[in-house]
Amino acid sequence: MKTLPARLAGAIAILSLMLLASLVLGLVVGRQRIDPGSLLSDPFARTLFFRLRLPRVLMGLLIGASLSLVGAALQALFRNPLADPFTLGVQGGGTLGASIAIALGWSARVLGIPLVFVAAFAGAMLAVFLVKAIASTGMVVLPGALLLAGVVVNLVSSAAVVAIQYVVDPNAALRILRWIVGSLDVVGLEPVGRMFVLLVPAWIALLALGRQLHLMAIDEDTATTLGVNVSRCETVVHVVCSFIVGITVAMGGSIGFVGLIVPHAVRLMFGEDLRIVLPGSLLLGAAFLAVADALARSVLPSTELPVGAITGLLGGPVFLWLLRRRQQYSTM
Amino acid sequence: MTPFFKARGLTYQYPRGPLAVRGASLEVAPASMTAIIGANGSGKSTLIRMLAGLLRPASGEILLDGIALEKWPPRKRAREIAYMPQSTMTAFPFPVIDVVLSGRSPHVARFHMESMRDRDRAMEALESTGAAHLAARGFTALSAGERQMVILARALAQEPRLLLLDEPSASLDLKHRADLMRALARLREQRGLSVIMITHDLQLTGSLFDRIVAMRCGEVTAQGAPSEVLRSQLLSEIYDEPNVRSERVGSQTLVWIEA
Repeated sequence: MKTLPARLAGAIAILSLMLLASLVLGLVVGRQRIDPGSLLSDPFARTLFFRLRLPRVLMGLLIGASLSLVGAALQALFRNPLADPFTLGVQGGGTLGASIAIALGWSARVLGIPLVFVAAFAGAMLAVFLVKAIASTGMVVLPGALLLAGVVVNLVSSAAVVAIQYVVDPNAALRILRWIVGSLDVVGLEPVGRMFVLLVPAWIALLALGRQLHLMAIDEDTATTLGVNVSRCETVVHVVCSFIVGITVAMGGSIGFVGLIVPHAVRLMFGEDLRIVLPGSLLLGAAFLAVADALARSVLPSTELPVGAITGLLGGPVFLWLLRRRQQYSTM
Repeated sequence: MTPFFKARGLTYQYPRGPLAVRGASLEVAPASMTAIIGANGSGKSTLIRMLAGLLRPASGEILLDGIALEKWPPRKRAREIAYMPQSTMTAFPFPVIDVVLSGRSPHVARFHMESMRDRDRAMEALESTGAAHLAARGFTALSAGERQMVILARALAQEPRLLLLDEPSASLDLKHRADLMRALARLREQRGLSVIMITHDLQLTGSLFDRIVAMRCGEVTAQGAPSEVLRSQLLSEIYDEPNVRSERVGSQTLVWIEA
């Protein structure tokens, strides 16, 4: 049997190739085909490519990578294969936070970060702690209760968002709607760069917890006796995941199920070790959302679909399949 | 030999619950075997979870090499004390070898991964518990007894000085109980391993253990050599069962219930 470093190197090599292929696909596919040769001669093609196409594809990579990494971390933390930013209500909380900020017309920035981001982060954070608190009885987090609490937080959040949409002026309502559906539309490379700078440290923080999360995914008690500071690790994962989800929700809206499907695909390909699953999910998640977005842009001849619709349509069945498989060997 | 691990006056209360452990004290010498016996709900598991550092005592102190347990850096402590819970189930189908390998974690430097040597240690541990044939299986597909052997192997791969076992023999058949006791006796000879084990299996305790700690309603009511503790009257009190009888036969103690 190969050692872990060898397996990790193999996984990263394969997934990097997949990421590269999806990047090329994303850049080529679209309503307007862009011929690489025309980039040199045609200023219109150049504008289209650098102002719209490239930023959108990069946005897809960043958001796909982020949601998948968060999904993998949350699944390990809660020892629940059905956990992801969407099913645990984190995205719902983030969307509600962002909606409130839009409705109140908060356009200010704190330390260069728009208040919408801060509100989404706060909403996501609140959702995590709420869901955890509801599902915990004493010291155990019940897996079934966890998901039900997530569902309830999602429902309440979306009800609140609908209520907000009815009250605010149509302009803000439309902006909120765009957020909920989830879209990767972005103009220019600047916002992508800003996201990158915010997200990368958070990614590193999660990846650095690979050993701890691996031990906790096996068993929480013995993780403690193997030298993991479980409560500190939990707090870091909660805060960092909320931060990442807040940013992705504020930029790309609520894109569901990416964080559920991708970590499982990585597990099927490269095994259960979190030190492979975390970086693997980062790479495959980026590739997955780039391809899903390429599909969203090209599957209908007349118009574009929101990428959230594609991931939802793919993710729902995967969720049900996992649920069925899980019922076969354990109790919910 | 002088004890390296001491617990004094440990008390624990669950939130909104009764006092689960009251003023429990015990000492562990190198290469010794201690059994904790007592009725269900007498505080045995709570006590062992405090010793493992999983629960923080409301009062009292636990000293390892004369230093308070909570003062030890967690990973350093993990190289000294291993703990095996009553039962373990994982949510993900980790391969058995990966579960055992995780026991090596405290010995692997930060941001490093387990080496081939660690893998060999893990396989040795699996062999010593008679579970080497399970190495490639998924943990979730094993029976309760098989899972116990794997989790024990993981605790052994940790190479601790003190091993805390919460009813390891509960779901084991006769042969695997014998395997378990032989493995522990061997490690005690070879590496000076000390063991604290919760058990209801009084036949096991009679000949193999140096010391027995008897608990009743959260208190340690008696402790000492098996011949002192495993007496009919004492056992009757601990288990609240007047018909318990015991008798020394050679180096063994037989315990039975008179009809």
